[in-house]
Amino acid sequence: MTYISKPKLHHPQLPANKLGFTRRDYEGAISTLCAGCGHDSISAAIIQACFELDLPPHRIAKLSGIGCSSKTPTYFLSSSHGFNSVHGRMPSVLTGANLANRELIYLGVSGDGDSASIGLGQFAHSLRRGVNMVYIVENNGVYGLTKGQFSATSDRGSKSKKGAVNTDTAIDMVLLAMELGATYVARSFSGDKAQLVPLIKGAILHRGAAFIDCISPCVAFNNHSGSTKSFDYVREHNEAVNQLDVMMPRETITADYAPGQVEEITQHDGSVLKLRKLAAEYDVHDRIAAMNYLQGRKAAGEIVTGVLHVDPEPEDLHAHLGTVASPFNKLGEKDLCPGGGALEKFNAAYR
Amino acid sequence: MSQPKINDFVVKFANINGSGSASANQLFAKSILRMGVPVSPRNIFPSNIQGLPTWYEVRISEAGYLGARGGVDLMVAMNPQTWDKDVLGIDPGGYLFYDSTKPLPKSKFREDVRVIGVPLTEICNLQYSDPRQRQLFRNIVYVGALAALLDIDIAEIEKLIGEQFKGKDKLIAPNITALHLGRDYAKTHFECPIGLSVRRASAVGDSIFIDGNTAAALGCVYGGATVAAWYPITPSSSLAEAFARQCRTYRQDALGNNRYAVIQAEDELASIGMVIGASWNGARAFTCTSGPGISLMQEFIGLAYFAEIPAVIFDVQRGGPSTGMPTRTQQADVLACAYASHGDTKHVLLFPEDPAESFDFAADAFDIAERLQTPVFVLLDLDIGMNDHLSRPLAWDDARRYDRGKVATFDDLDSGKEFGRYLDIDGDGITYRTYPGTHPSRGSFFTRGTTKDRYARYSEAGPDYMDNMQRLLRKFESAKELIPKPQVRSALQPSRLGVIYYGSTSPAMHEALDSLEQQGIHFDAMRIRAFPFHDQVEDFIATHDHVFVVEQNRDAQLRMLLVNECGVDPAKLTPVLHYDGTPITARFIVREIAEDAKALKVTPMRKVSP
Repeated sequence: MTYISKPKLHHPQLPANKLGFTRRDYEGAISTLCAGCGHDSISAAIIQACFELDLPPHRIAKLSGIGCSSKTPTYFLSSSHGFNSVHGRMPSVLTGANLANRELIYLGVSGDGDSASIGLGQFAHSLRRGVNMVYIVENNGVYGLTKGQFSATSDRGSKSKKGAVNTDTAIDMVLLAMELGATYVARSFSGDKAQLVPLIKGAILHRGAAFIDCISPCVAFNNHSGSTKSFDYVREHNEAVNQLDVMMPRETITADYAPGQVEEITQHDGSVLKLRKLAAEYDVHDRIAAMNYLQGRKAAGEIVTGVLHVDPEPEDLHAHLGTVASPFNKLGEKDLCPGGGALEKFNAAYR
Repeated sequence: MSQPKINDFVVKFANINGSGSASANQLFAKSILRMGVPVSPRNIFPSNIQGLPTWYEVRISEAGYLGARGGVDLMVAMNPQTWDKDVLGIDPGGYLFYDSTKPLPKSKFREDVRVIGVPLTEICNLQYSDPRQRQLFRNIVYVGALAALLDIDIAEIEKLIGEQFKGKDKLIAPNITALHLGRDYAKTHFECPIGLSVRRASAVGDSIFIDGNTAAALGCVYGGATVAAWYPITPSSSLAEAFARQCRTYRQDALGNNRYAVIQAEDELASIGMVIGASWNGARAFTCTSGPGISLMQEFIGLAYFAEIPAVIFDVQRGGPSTGMPTRTQQADVLACAYASHGDTKHVLLFPEDPAESFDFAADAFDIAERLQTPVFVLLDLDIGMNDHLSRPLAWDDARRYDRGKVATFDDLDSGKEFGRYLDIDGDGITYRTYPGTHPSRGSFFTRGTTKDRYARYSEAGPDYMDNMQRLLRKFESAKELIPKPQVRSALQPSRLGVIYYGSTSPAMHEALDSLEQQGIHFDAMRIRAFPFHDQVEDFIATHDHVFVVEQNRDAQLRMLLVNECGVDPAKLTPVLHYDGTPITARFIVREIAEDAKALKVTPMRKVSP
């Protein structure tokens, strides 16, 4: 319950990161979601990723739309400003926020109803624009808060809890994101924290539009047989194409990989994405081939997870607009107002 | 033969959309202005790019009456499609100017209208071989002919052509040649000037000639807006485009980097969403739209009201409902904006009357929105926004500082000052906010559209909800002192009659008041410049027996707002409504008011006893 505050005390030996923060400093209020909800695992993964990256929590802004997933920003990063906006419209609010201050990290949290149905347009356009953000869709294929209606990512032929069969085609948000120009695209499963945490870290370090489709079973309305978003179904059909390790600049590489299996992608900030290939033929740089691969596996009924596409040199919206390095919200009269003298000249041109 | 009209007549051009007439017509209007005589042109255009009829009506008035007048003294009939209607629209004794290349039957003319035929097509065909040139220069040829007929100083037009084609100098000479072709023909074939003429005067002063959208856009530049998010819609698009253009001039640093961002969004929902996101994060942001866009933004406007996020919204009003009359003017979004969104909401509205006030109010809107942490609507209309108006020059006080409102800084938070996002410390209903990222451990809060307590914690408790809603009312009350106050023009002699008006009705109203005064009908007039209504508005209504409310919509929307918000007896407020999509005229106002006013004067009003 959000009105019960968590005790601030924690175990004195809880490990701290480089900023001296413990994992607890990245937590939020106690979740009001159902016990066992996949979304809570994603919140935990976000907390872990931010802790491991030594991020000052107040330099992150967390934004969401409406729905179960969109409630979750209350449950992590309580020192960050949060914005629970309007159904399906998180991307526009995030875009505006990003324009106002390019120095913060923007974390957009949404669901499949929020982003694939009512907000499909804003989802698409924010990716097209290359807004520097982490956009996570907590995808459970169902409307939870309104008690179990199909969503736009429910697979055709899958069954609702009450037994109705979905006859509409599912929207594949990963394929859409790749088509629309997202420069970091991943898919994961809320039940696989080992996979999810590095994917979130990689997305945060990415300086462009990063999208993560995270399958997150709804224990209340979409975890039965006949559902294609249940824990059992996703575990059985999960096919990871790679495994990611994120190395910060100057970090000593300690992981031990067999030669030829690992690809290193150096991102703009110097961080290195170390990708251990699990599907030999999968190339995260070749967007077209990757999309073909994903289409093929999807037709075979598999859910492909991992880093699915990365452009190591992304261009973000600020680059497109050629904006100044200083955040807009720090500019004052001196920077913005042309002054009375300029107005004299302006008037003269209109006589 | 009627008296010659000097510096007081109306010329109307009937053209075909896309024929290049707009710049020629503007050249005509501006040349008169350069002779020191006020003009007020109005473009009457269809929702179309090419082929449909379009008109350009220029009122010349040394007295400085800038409202539409109605009636036509000289029709420049260049469009065969609308010929019959155009000829019919000329005042008796007026003039018809037309292209006489092809002879027209006598039945196509009127007995009581004087005809001036100039073979424009023939002149151009002899001079030019390129079809596009024939068409474009035909427009300049008629400007030349009109200059001779109306005694406009040709040197002023030549100067304007020089200014217009500065940098494309090779276009200057052919335009001047075309100008003289028309002038020479008119001089040779007609007695010049005709019964209408322009005489040099000094009634323009330092006024500028500008459209409201351009002025409002510059107000946004001066007001410190850094983010503009918009979706194209007539008649507001030129505001966003002007902002982008002006920013390229005024908002680039030495390295060529931009201190602004203009986003053409995917729709109006995204536009207002971006404005809210940017404002939440401490930038000044605006969107501009028209009625349909306001409808689409409703949900977000409620969020901004309830979560208390500044937003500046320009609504350049057009004829509604639905697509309505997209290229015609109205003041029909007053209620849609005043009570925008679901639930109990009220919003600040500003009503500029002309381009200069559009500039002022645009800049002010950002201060007001940030001070009040709420959406502010600036209600222009197509007439103000898209037509060139003679307007006082724009002015800026360099000592002015932006009012960024109540924002708790790092130091405030660090010193341990109490922070509650919705905690009313000062008693004015306005609370402190923080920008995201300000302090590592203090001042963060969760913004939401759901109910919350004073510390921004989620709460569904009735008392918390009511506490918040009551505070929002107190805040709305505080708004009255921050927004532009109404302006009163007192009658020459004490009067029990009042008239209330706003926005683009101003020039027509001024002229109507003068005209009524000449008839011995005296009115005190109040121009409302903002909502919520200042106490002065209630006093004005209370101190007059009867008040006319003049507006440009069907349902008397401002009157409804007055009745609703000020608890006025509706019988006291007589609506005067002009809503055919054309700008309101003084003739209309006088006609509507004069009879009623006379009746009210002889029969003393029965006082409504309490």
